[in-house]
Amino acid sequence: MSIVGDILSMFSRDNQSDRVVPKTGHTATLTLFTSAAMAFLTVFALALSMAAGRLADRWGEDLAKSVTVRISAPSDQIAAQTTATLKVLETTTGVASARVLSEDEQQALLAPWFGPDVPVSELPIPRLIEVLETDSGFDAAGLRLRLSVEAPGAVLDDHTRWREPLTIAAQRLRFLGMTSILLIAGATAAMITLAANAALAANLQVIRVLRLIGASDSYIARAFVRRFTIRAILGAFAGTFIGMLAILMLPQSTDDKIFLTGLGFQAGQWLTPLILPFLAGVVAFFATRAASNRALRKLS
Amino acid sequence: MIEFESAGYSYGGQALFSQVNLELAPGSFHFLTGPSGVGKSTFLKLCYGELHPTEGRTTLFGQDLSTLNRDELAHTRQSIGVVHQDCQFLDHLPIEENIGLPIAISSKDALGEKANLQELIAWVGLTERAHALPPQLSGGERQRAALARAVIMSPDVILADEPTGNVDWEMSQKLLRLLVELNRMGKTIMIATHDLALIRAAKTHVQARVLRIANGQIQSAGADL
Repeated sequence: MSIVGDILSMFSRDNQSDRVVPKTGHTATLTLFTSAAMAFLTVFALALSMAAGRLADRWGEDLAKSVTVRISAPSDQIAAQTTATLKVLETTTGVASARVLSEDEQQALLAPWFGPDVPVSELPIPRLIEVLETDSGFDAAGLRLRLSVEAPGAVLDDHTRWREPLTIAAQRLRFLGMTSILLIAGATAAMITLAANAALAANLQVIRVLRLIGASDSYIARAFVRRFTIRAILGAFAGTFIGMLAILMLPQSTDDKIFLTGLGFQAGQWLTPLILPFLAGVVAFFATRAASNRALRKLS
Repeated sequence: MIEFESAGYSYGGQALFSQVNLELAPGSFHFLTGPSGVGKSTFLKLCYGELHPTEGRTTLFGQDLSTLNRDELAHTRQSIGVVHQDCQFLDHLPIEENIGLPIAISSKDALGEKANLQELIAWVGLTERAHALPPQLSGGERQRAALARAVIMSPDVILADEPTGNVDWEMSQKLLRLLVELNRMGKTIMIATHDLALIRAAKTHVQARVLRIANGQIQSAGADL
């Protein structure tokens, strides 16, 4: 029988085909448990992958929109160089706005390292100018050249140095998550194949009787495929449900830039794990079908 | 119906028989006899394609069995009823469902065939035992159930391997009567047995041809039986 025929037979209510193979508690439990455990792990791998993806996008977006100009000059030249820098920025194409960070803002930036009471005004720290780009952006090399002439103490920092590694790290984390999902699918297929082989070996007498009365290999295989596919779907449903519940119970933070507390799904992403039982069914269908056909060919 | 053309079968380098030329005509009744281990079961398996000859060829309904793929062979096998000495049932299903299995796996009109199921169970005298599991049946009951399963699809050919091997004389006579009845309905019957008394008893009811496997050849037996 063709693959299409086999797939359609999954949806038909063929009581007899379901009954010809005796229910085997061992392989049934093994398949259900494997499928549930793998679906549970896949939910976490999906959550990891999606959280990493969100983080990569956010870091990329946030940092790409703004750059910082740092003015490190002797204290008597700071004000003049700041004014000169602002003038240069105002006349630079691609700069939407530029503003000098206030003492409070600079204090807030330093607070994680020096505490909230650091006297910023008394310390020789550089002045910071936040620059927002337009969508088209500006020519960073040209701006650097102009700043070196107009305000030698001004250093343009477009965050490239640390934005790239962070984005790459987040993207790799997403890739690892997706790789884990593929590995889990492969492991599921392998375990279901082992369980199907065990069931086929335990039911040699059934296969012999069915062949004696003229059952085709596709009829015999269907009885096994249908049973294992349904078990895999049911197990994956349970595993997915428990996995989603576990994700839901993870501590959440309002700061969506913190990775560990951002592990989970957002809005429509909660629908994604619901595809897992269907995918488990597809994996089980093809794994059992291949195992059955191989075993029946050997028995010929 | 079933034809052997210069067919032979070897196993482990030893020829069980060779150069067999034989044709089973429609509606004929055959006994295949010979001592235990001579190859009677093997010969029946060649008839329904479970084994293929190592030389020559066997044809069933005009089709060379060695040229059929597994699904075609399975389909062809639905036109043959086979009764084994050890019966071979699905032990987890009631005997009624075991007898009806060929209906379930065929593409024939299941409803029409199912109407015959109860009739058939009554014909072999198992109405009272229809819901019992195979291991709960006696040897004779299992043989009758196997016969019912073999004929439920109205096959043209019925092959029986030592069908009376595990039953008493009275039961073997009952089974024989059922097989003779089927032959009168036009079915081709071949029974492999070493029970010469059964063959003698059958000859009083039906005109049967007796074949004997000896020295790797199939010979016609006659007056000596």
